[in-house]
Amino acid sequence: MNAFREPPPFNARGVWAIYRFEMARFGRTVFTSLLTPVITTALYFVVFGAAIGGRMGEIDGVPYGAFIVPGLIMLSVLTESIGNASFGIHFPRWTGTIYEVLSAPLSPFEVVLGYVGAATTKSVILGLVIFATAHLFVPIEVQHPLWMAAFLVLTAVSFCLFGFILGIWAKGWEQMQAVPMLVVTPLTFLGGAFYSIDMLPGIWRTISLFNPIVYLVSGFRWSFHGESDVAVGASLAAVCAFLALCLGIAWWILDRGWRLKP
Amino acid sequence: MQPLLDIDGLAKTYASGVVALQPTRLAVRRGEIFALLGPNGAGKTTLIGCVCGLVTPSGGHARVDGFDVVRDARRARARIGLVPQELATDMFETPWATLRLSRGLFGLPPDDALIERTLRELSLWDKREACIQTLSGGMKRRVMIAKALVHEPRLLFMDEPTAGVDVELRRDMRALVRRLREAGTTIVLTTHYIEEAQEMADRVGVILGGELVLVDDKAALLRRFGRKQLTVHLHEPLAALPDALQGLGITLAADGRSLLHAFDAGAEHSGIPAILRRLDEAGIGLRDLHTRESSLEDIFVDLLQRRRGESA
Ligand SMILES: Nc1ncnc2c1ncn2[C@@H]1O[C@H](COP(=O)(O)OP(=O)(O)O)[C@@H](O)[C@H]1O
Ligand SMILES: [Mg+2]
Repeated sequence: MNAFREPPPFNARGVWAIYRFEMARFGRTVFTSLLTPVITTALYFVVFGAAIGGRMGEIDGVPYGAFIVPGLIMLSVLTESIGNASFGIHFPRWTGTIYEVLSAPLSPFEVVLGYVGAATTKSVILGLVIFATAHLFVPIEVQHPLWMAAFLVLTAVSFCLFGFILGIWAKGWEQMQAVPMLVVTPLTFLGGAFYSIDMLPGIWRTISLFNPIVYLVSGFRWSFHGESDVAVGASLAAVCAFLALCLGIAWWILDRGWRLKP
Repeated sequence: MQPLLDIDGLAKTYASGVVALQPTRLAVRRGEIFALLGPNGAGKTTLIGCVCGLVTPSGGHARVDGFDVVRDARRARARIGLVPQELATDMFETPWATLRLSRGLFGLPPDDALIERTLRELSLWDKREACIQTLSGGMKRRVMIAKALVHEPRLLFMDEPTAGVDVELRRDMRALVRRLREAGTTIVLTTHYIEEAQEMADRVGVILGGELVLVDDKAALLRRFGRKQLTVHLHEPLAALPDALQGLGITLAADGRSLLHAFDAGAEHSGIPAILRRLDEAGIGLRDLHTRESSLEDIFVDLLQRRRGESA
């Protein structure tokens, strides 16, 4: 018998195998994966940017068409992150192939890294494609490109983690659809994607400050236009806190095998 | 020598309250083929799940090559290959891609030559680029076996590997098991087909209602529980058992045409010579005689009945 090869302390090959496998699926469906969000974004621009935006004037000194770009990117990145990541883990649970990952020499962190890493990559690609699409409609300049990249990646990671948790929590496909529809979409629309929360009446403005998505959109918009609804530091802190929370929950789930191991 | 799989008090009670596995002790030796035999719901899959990390044990320990499957999960699992009972494959992938994934998950470098050998051995080579969902059930099962082999495990679990598969796959599987054993792989297989255990295994464990009631060499088991039966077909039917044949444990069949004598397969003196002598002395002509050895199936049924008797 061959000498046994002890697994390394960090199973990088295992992480890479999951990542590659997930990305291969994305590669096969890349056209439809990207086409839908791109068309949706284009429609938003036609409706909000051109048709309505012409009458909206400027917000914080930015033409309305350009003002909504960061919000639109966030909207798509959030939705797709949750969708992709929840599908990525729910599908093998549903087919039963998850047994292979659970019985492989992988730590919870490595499993999360593989699945969430792949979902994040897809989301970031999507965000960049939408950004490029927006360019076709309105001139945009990015004042803080590094921060823009940082907010994009942080948001994608956090919401992919959230999607991962959702995909494990959900007992069926209906539940998987319900959370984004009932919770995330309203929060996104009320999160200042299409307006500045300064435009809201006092009480609603206060309520909005409890909506985590406000912080994301605000910080992301600041990286574009240099204007924000809430302090950038607060945005960054909110994203990082959400990320840490989701990471903790995802780790706990895999460690305990919640909903994965009877 | 330290056993490859050392199960010590492993137990599982599901959240529903079902006691699927009572505290169990079992040592599987290096290089042996161990068959876990038991009816549906006996706890075979649960036991495997506890060792492989698919089920959280409620108590006890299991060690693979000395590594605890919970505390040292990484090193324990690296040694294990699993062919689960349920068919579960990535429908939209090809066998080739899914084998690459399997090997990668175990942290091993790609080895196209090994993947090719594995695919060929399981007659999957021609289908390597086919979408798995287009394959037949038997082919899918072959893919699952290939996935469990491609990281060269030391301990291979096969959970009901031949349930519902075609004759050809059964035959291939037997050849595969022989080949793996020659390469030094230890195999634990579960089955409720007794012939299968009888054919492939070195040792057999019988599990009933979550309790491992018996573990023994297959041969010893047959010797211990095996009953042989001698049947003597007579020339002329008898109305009653003649006096000359009394006291030898012989019974006359209802139709009077044959004599039956049961004895332990392991007993030193079967009593057959004595019976033949007496038949000769009494002038009873015999047409034919044969003996039948009980199979594991008989033993199994026997054990089940004994346990039912005890609990009743
Ligand atoms: N996930 C589960 N939740 C609750 N009960 C289970 C679960 N899996 C198996 N069982 C029960 O545990 C017992 C043993 O099942 P199992 O290990 O699958 O037996 P076998 O593989 O020998 O057929 C059965 O009574 C079964 O119904
Ligand atoms: Mg079973």
